[in-house]
Amino acid sequence: MMKVLIIDDEPLARNVIKEYLKPYKDLEVVGECNDGFEGIKAIQEFQPDLIFLDIQMPRINGFEMLELVENKPRVIFTTAYEEYAIKAFDLHAIDYLLKPFDKNRFDKAIEKTRQQQSSAEKETFLQSIHLPAQMHRIVVKDGNKIRIIPLSQIFYIEAADDYVKIFTQSESFLKKQTMAYFEENLQQNQFARVHRSYLVNTQTVTRIDPYEKDGHLVLLTNGKKIPVSKSGYKKLKEMLGL
Amino acid sequence: MRYYLPSREKYIYIIIISTALSAVWLLCMRFLLWQIFKSDEGYLHMLKISSPLRFSIAFLLIGSMAMMSMAWYSEKEKSQLENRKKEAEKMFREAELRTLRNQLQPHFLFNALNSISALIISEPENARSMIQQLSDFLRGSMRKDDTQLNTLKEEIDYLQLYLNIEKVRFGHRLETKIIVEDETLLSLKIPNLLLQPLMENAIKFGLYDTLDKVCISLQAAIKGNILEISITNPFDPETALPLKGTGFGLSSVRKRLALIYGRHDLLTTHISDQNFTTLLSLPQ
Repeated sequence: MMKVLIIDDEPLARNVIKEYLKPYKDLEVVGECNDGFEGIKAIQEFQPDLIFLDIQMPRINGFEMLELVENKPRVIFTTAYEEYAIKAFDLHAIDYLLKPFDKNRFDKAIEKTRQQQSSAEKETFLQSIHLPAQMHRIVVKDGNKIRIIPLSQIFYIEAADDYVKIFTQSESFLKKQTMAYFEENLQQNQFARVHRSYLVNTQTVTRIDPYEKDGHLVLLTNGKKIPVSKSGYKKLKEMLGL
Repeated sequence: MRYYLPSREKYIYIIIISTALSAVWLLCMRFLLWQIFKSDEGYLHMLKISSPLRFSIAFLLIGSMAMMSMAWYSEKEKSQLENRKKEAEKMFREAELRTLRNQLQPHFLFNALNSISALIISEPENARSMIQQLSDFLRGSMRKDDTQLNTLKEEIDYLQLYLNIEKVRFGHRLETKIIVEDETLLSLKIPNLLLQPLMENAIKFGLYDTLDKVCISLQAAIKGNILEISITNPFDPETALPLKGTGFGLSSVRKRLALIYGRHDLLTTHISDQNFTTLLSLPQ
């Protein structure tokens, strides 16, 4: 028996999937969710083997939701948006169903799911998630709550083993992600990798001081001092147009 | 006043033409007069010595005539060119207006079709009525009359079609209110297909920025000779996307207003508490 979860903010869209699933006696729909928040809870509760996931949803989108899920299930995306398809396959999604889709197309997606299951390779998929297009916020888990942090509120990001620590004016949040990922995605948002362990929001920089030999320190508007490496200093100067 | 100035080549051309024509004229006249006054020695002598003078007069006359006609022709050409330019500009403006009006979000269409696909199974009657509404809506958006102006009533009816479709999709969360201050406002004229993109924008941000039920309201009122239409949706100022207010819907409406009224201040946005309001001011 395979456990299936459907996450979509439109009840009718969920009905289509349920209807198409009816002939499959070995697939059981364990739940339906209206949004990503419910989705995260339901995934934890039911540990589904397969989820059907819409991308455009209230508050947090499908990609952002997946980021926050620890044991990531197999995913079939269902959306009217063509432009996310490449992103979705980057995430090793099993399939990407463009709404509206017919029964034949749906059956193929299920067929694919079974093939991946039988090949029995418990893939390490969905490890690094690339958000579509421009990143303008970061979604984190804060205890049981989910917080959406706009980039403008982030002062700097610090490396912490397998995690990164994201610092705002008065709080910090842990997120399982690599520095390289944020460096790549936040570049056009004025974030500079000033040090192996630090990524700084250049909008919050007030001063750059020399420090020891070759090194520098940046002072942020919240009073925090961040070390800057030699190559980091070059990047920072470039970004600030100095 | 600007005067037409021919280029140097044209002057040379005029001089050559005038010289040639003057010479031909002089020879013809000389031959003719010679034939007529064959016996009058004195006249023939006068004819001979006055040749340079007569040539000069002919040259001046022909030259000035040529100049005048050249100026006239080029003036005509210039005005034709200007007309053509104006025509092209007008066509460009109309084409731009048309594309701005027709920018229907394809996702809306695909999602609506997906809903129909669901309804076909469970509620075929509703599926049919949704197809009907979708067709009416599409027909409205593809209308070709370029008069641009419709009554507020027609526009609200059109908007209603759109809202009915959205409610099939989001009926469990979406509530809409349309308040027109005074019945007489319904007959006022407004540019067509202006309200729908604004409403679409409000619905999108209202629905995707909150988890709860969402109420979107449209209010129409008259202030002096300005028809004010405001559309309000709830949103979360903390996490709202930075693109808010520059969303595609708003920018295309702003462009259309600028093309129609030549003003850039007719669409404004306001934020108060948890509400985002788009205000449209249409001079009557």
